[in-house]
Amino acid sequence: MKQRPDKASAEASSSEEINITIESVDRRSALKYLGIGALGAVPLMVSAPVMNGLVRDVVKGTPADEGSAVAEPALTKSGRIRQWSMIIDLKSCDGCQSQGTPPQCTTSCIEGHLVPQPMEWIEVFEAELPGGGTQFIPTPCMQCEDPPCVKVCPVGATFPTPEGTVLIDQERCIGCRICMAACPYDRRFFNWGTPPAPPEAALADYNPDHQTPATVGTVMKCDFCPDMVRDGTLPMCVQACPNDAIWYGDLEEDIATNGRNIVKASRFISGNSGYRLKEHLGTKPRVFYLAGHGEDVGRDPDETGRMPTEWPWIQRAEGAVTWTR
Amino acid sequence: MDTLTNWRERLISKTSRPTLVTTYRYWLWLALLTVVLINGMYQYSTQWRNGLYVTDMRDRISWGLYITAFVFFIGISHAGTLISAILRASKASWRAPITRIAEFITAVALIVGASFVLIDMGRPERILNVYLFGRWQSPIMWDVMAITTYLTASIIYLYAPMIPDLALYRDRLSKKVGTVRAFLYRTLALDWRGTPSQLKLLGKAITIMMLIIIPIAVSVHTVVSWIFSMTLRVGWNSSIFGVLFVAGAIFSGVATLILVMAILRRIYQWEEYLTEKHFVYLGYLLAAFGAFMIYVNINEYLTEGFKLEEAGEFAFRQLFIEDFAVMFWFYIIGGLLGPVVLMLIPKTRTIGGVVAAAILVDIAMFLERYFIVVTGLRVPLMPYEPASYAPTFAEWSIFAAGIALFCLLITIAIKIFPMFAVWEMTEEHEAVFAGADRAQESMATSGAPNAAAFIDGAPDQRQRTEGDAP
Repeated sequence: MKQRPDKASAEASSSEEINITIESVDRRSALKYLGIGALGAVPLMVSAPVMNGLVRDVVKGTPADEGSAVAEPALTKSGRIRQWSMIIDLKSCDGCQSQGTPPQCTTSCIEGHLVPQPMEWIEVFEAELPGGGTQFIPTPCMQCEDPPCVKVCPVGATFPTPEGTVLIDQERCIGCRICMAACPYDRRFFNWGTPPAPPEAALADYNPDHQTPATVGTVMKCDFCPDMVRDGTLPMCVQACPNDAIWYGDLEEDIATNGRNIVKASRFISGNSGYRLKEHLGTKPRVFYLAGHGEDVGRDPDETGRMPTEWPWIQRAEGAVTWTR
Repeated sequence: MDTLTNWRERLISKTSRPTLVTTYRYWLWLALLTVVLINGMYQYSTQWRNGLYVTDMRDRISWGLYITAFVFFIGISHAGTLISAILRASKASWRAPITRIAEFITAVALIVGASFVLIDMGRPERILNVYLFGRWQSPIMWDVMAITTYLTASIIYLYAPMIPDLALYRDRLSKKVGTVRAFLYRTLALDWRGTPSQLKLLGKAITIMMLIIIPIAVSVHTVVSWIFSMTLRVGWNSSIFGVLFVAGAIFSGVATLILVMAILRRIYQWEEYLTEKHFVYLGYLLAAFGAFMIYVNINEYLTEGFKLEEAGEFAFRQLFIEDFAVMFWFYIIGGLLGPVVLMLIPKTRTIGGVVAAAILVDIAMFLERYFIVVTGLRVPLMPYEPASYAPTFAEWSIFAAGIALFCLLITIAIKIFPMFAVWEMTEEHEAVFAGADRAQESMATSGAPNAAAFIDGAPDQRQRTEGDAP
């Protein structure tokens, strides 16, 4: 199954994380910029293991993208447009039971995107198995090839990209929420009030690629981290999974990686009886699942329950209004 | 016996009474409506500041009372079209006294219904994006197009047959009312003199509008239903939704017309013109549409419930025996079966019975809109606990303000505009007069009692002839 690491994809491996964590100088300058001072520094240092990329780029003076225009699509070496895709190996997902933490994919996504509470752009559902017991299903946006949400949007605020993903332009969204009614996977979230956010969120340059800062009255969802992967970094959830259960890849080049190994995506899906959620609806999701219930990491299907999701940055967002799903 | 001139003079003086006389009760009523409206506006201002956070809508039940109100009011707006256009097209002579009221209900309900779309929006200040970036593939855009077309058409259709009456008011009332209304009548009457060429032109305009407004009205509520049925949700994913919505719209529209007529009749002593016959005929329409609604509902729920696809069980459980069962069965038994039974029993075939049926229908149709919106969204899409939804005080306040606005616009319209098509009623009356004369000349027994009954405002059920059937 394993292939020789491709150079281009090898960039998108765990070495990137180290680079980010040791950028303490930038973090200090970010604090100065924010004017938070010594008091604010403590929670920021403790709770943010990785300086938020969105803020880091702004502080370093290299904004991720100019304006709200969507960046050029990522290309393969031969100039073809990459087709982002995700493969989630449920055999390796135990809902972070073994870690004793909330699902790390959700937590890191929340921390990396400053996702407003109570949104879970990648949500770990616990579903009952036909033979008894449960399985955990990390569920990001399915990035459908035939997206029902795009069909119904009256203003084209949610749109398909050449990379095969579906994004939302929160600067155009009118908040009619028909996309939420149309999405069959419950993967869209609305800013019912002024979205809770830590102070540094205001520094980010808004772009549909990362949706930060969030704005009231608009819809948000998992964006597949196109800005990060264009820079050679894997999405937050892929990086954070302790069991390497989430694979990110390019269907055009037929390759996928979980940050540790690299596989031929098509063979990996077919060889492991991959499927997609609610295939009968014809939405053609770009997220594939490999059937399982965490057996590869020693999970007993009868051991149910997971830690509730947390929004670690919420302690930095004093007085913020939150709501429940 | 009443001469035609006397009859007409009495008609004009009785129907223009609200324009000339304003009682203290009118001001009280206006004050009450204004208070409700201002409370709603205040609640909306908090929503404007804080976002839809002030509602109980959340990610999983993301539409609620506002969308219910939108569907309900757009439904009510179908009163005018059916009564006015369809009865005009089928040359039902009894329609003349009720068309104007029905057409006013249409225009007013459309304005209220459309404003609930704005109220429901997360970013109402971006409404122009609909014109800047509109995508014709979106059901929302179909709605924007259908509703604006319908509003335009129904205002023209309200206005055109009103021109001769506005001219009448210009000639008769200009000196008795203030300068503003006098100016309004002068301007809106478009120099109407009732010349044969003007009459011919007006007749043509009304006929054209009548013919195009019927398909427009049908399309409007079909498109409203498509907002729901174009999604992949159990309970909404249905091909009969358009029919269900259009039939329900006319159903609740007729019921609302009956209620408005009954109230106006009582307040302004219009018993002579809004007779028991009108109520009973509208009651028959109600019963017919009630029966049709039962048929459509059986179609909808039996085909889905027999197969009971995945998640279908949840959808049926919540509707038939759990959370929404009371609403659902009230709708089926009270709202659909109720009017049919009331019209079948001779004893309840009275104004009181018809009004009771209309109240049942309006409540039931509101509940139907509510449970269609909420239960459709409540069916879990993924393995999570079903969400709950209970409208907040802010939502109820804004909904109440919508009803108040509906009443207020009609209340104001009564003060300004002729609520009866005096010229059409006179034409009908002339025809009846002529018919009665002819009948008396040839066969003094058969047709005459009916015509006389109509004039006296007391219909005789037993002697009603074939030609009068709706």
